[in-house]
Amino acid sequence: MLRFVVGRIFMLTLVALTVSFIGFGLLRMSGDLAAVLAGETASAADIARVAKQYGLDQPLYMQYLDWAGRALRGDLGSSLFTHEPVTELILARIGVTIKLAFSALTFALVFALPLGVLAAIRRNTWIDRTVLTLSVFGQAIPSFWLGLLLIYLFGVILRWLPISGSDTFAHFIMPTVTLGLATMPALMRLTRTGMIDVLASDYIRTAWAKGLAPMSVLFKHALRNAILPVVSLSAVSLGFLLGGSVIVESVFALNGIGLLAFDSIKRIDFPVVQSILVFLSFCYILLTLLSDIINAKLDPRIAL
Amino acid sequence: MTDSVLAPAALELPESMPPSPREEMRRRAKSHVGLIFGSAVVLLAAFVAIFAPVLAPYDPYDQDLTQRLIDPVWTTGNWAHLLGTDSLGRDYLSRLIYGSRISLIVGFGAAVIAGTVGSTIGILGGYFGGRVDAVVVYLINVKLALPGLLIALSLVSIVGGSVTALVLILGFLTWDRYAVVTRSAVQQLRGSDFITAARAVGASQTRIILGELLPNVMNQIIVIASLEIAIVILIEAALSFLGLGVKPPEPSWGLMIAEARNFMFFKPHLIAIPGLAIFLLVIAINMAGDGLRDVTAPEGRN
Repeated sequence: MLRFVVGRIFMLTLVALTVSFIGFGLLRMSGDLAAVLAGETASAADIARVAKQYGLDQPLYMQYLDWAGRALRGDLGSSLFTHEPVTELILARIGVTIKLAFSALTFALVFALPLGVLAAIRRNTWIDRTVLTLSVFGQAIPSFWLGLLLIYLFGVILRWLPISGSDTFAHFIMPTVTLGLATMPALMRLTRTGMIDVLASDYIRTAWAKGLAPMSVLFKHALRNAILPVVSLSAVSLGFLLGGSVIVESVFALNGIGLLAFDSIKRIDFPVVQSILVFLSFCYILLTLLSDIINAKLDPRIAL
Repeated sequence: MTDSVLAPAALELPESMPPSPREEMRRRAKSHVGLIFGSAVVLLAAFVAIFAPVLAPYDPYDQDLTQRLIDPVWTTGNWAHLLGTDSLGRDYLSRLIYGSRISLIVGFGAAVIAGTVGSTIGILGGYFGGRVDAVVVYLINVKLALPGLLIALSLVSIVGGSVTALVLILGFLTWDRYAVVTRSAVQQLRGSDFITAARAVGASQTRIILGELLPNVMNQIIVIASLEIAIVILIEAALSFLGLGVKPPEPSWGLMIAEARNFMFFKPHLIAIPGLAIFLLVIAINMAGDGLRDVTAPEGRN
């Protein structure tokens, strides 16, 4: 178990290092970053001055070491546009995104788990086919489009819900549904497949043969094992939701980290963009590690 | 081709002979509603995209400010513009027709790149194992840890949103699933008798990989490709919708929705129509992909 965890941590540290370099280098790879920052009317001297001011005249690895050194001490630099410290910008916005990601994941699981189990128990019936069709539909709807349709229906025609902003609980309903519906299909299919595999296994047949109550067989014995891959996918999805909420945040003008990233990308505000990229990658890596450890705890064979 | 040559011999076989795997596959394909419907819609979309200049009633870029925001034929009865016009007076049907080109080119183009890159990485890792595999696992982990959508947005903001750029960017951001699946498929195949046999007769590594392993994982690659094409089409639409994808005045469906956003409260059909087009195309590709999987590997369902 320890060896397994240490091995995973070693691999993920390597990944984190690589990711930090990619996240850092991404916007800087466009050689004329200084020219963009200096503006269209800038002279060559202006551009050189800007390059010097932001350290862009240094070789890339020097810039990286400088940035990484300061990042490790909690200093991610300042936004080029608002001049606020990036750490503060992120901390001020992350709450909204975390709230959205968790509520979307909860929404997805509340539907995915029972429907997936039901489809597996009633395999090849109309229930199963309906669940599968729903998941195909859910995967095919562009989330920004679904968001706009919801805004039109519940915000404009029915006037039930606010259409933008992040002030109250009601503001989160439509974004949660939009993002949750996009996350649900994969979780639902995985629950169904896992449940089908487990239900066909010998120990479940034994459980039935012993005459255990159906509820006990299904939930105490089967679901526990079927849910393993769902746990890892949920953790991974959470990481994905943190980064993937940019579309939904932009449609509903939710002031989260996705919208911050999007606005900063448009303005080539690279201190903010690189920090968010690396921050989200690290979240994802930690969640992956967490799900690996949970899985190894639930199923000791994994760590062998 | 080979079938027609073999046909006379097949007739002489006793009736109790079980159908060949290929016949079995064809039989399953014919009765698979999703596969038939899905591929029919995809073929239709491809047809529309190829013959767009013939099919489109107007030039999709042609603005006519006297003909702005005309409603579709079912509200106006005006057959001159079947789906009406947008805020710049461009014919909406023509833009929709030309938009299918962007979706399909980006979807298929990116899938070709991602499929090639991902399968190469996956097959190498699965076949050689050891250090090569460690590098492959590392690459896959790095890819998975990067927030793909934000990376795509950043890259488009740097290099600009041409169709070629989008194909390349999305191609290099969606190779992971091919790698994961081919890697584990090859790991299972590596020990099989036919690989051992090929090695025993002195086949080179290249020969084994290209001649023995690749054909055996091709079905799986195609199935993933069909599902990934759908995902890439959705991402392209989202990027264009966010303004960091295909640039105006190109008629990308995502961009059409973005342009209609200001008018959606009184002209909701302007966002409904391109959205439906994306939805239908993606659902058709997914149904065809699911169908392909059911037909080629029914035991691997879901």
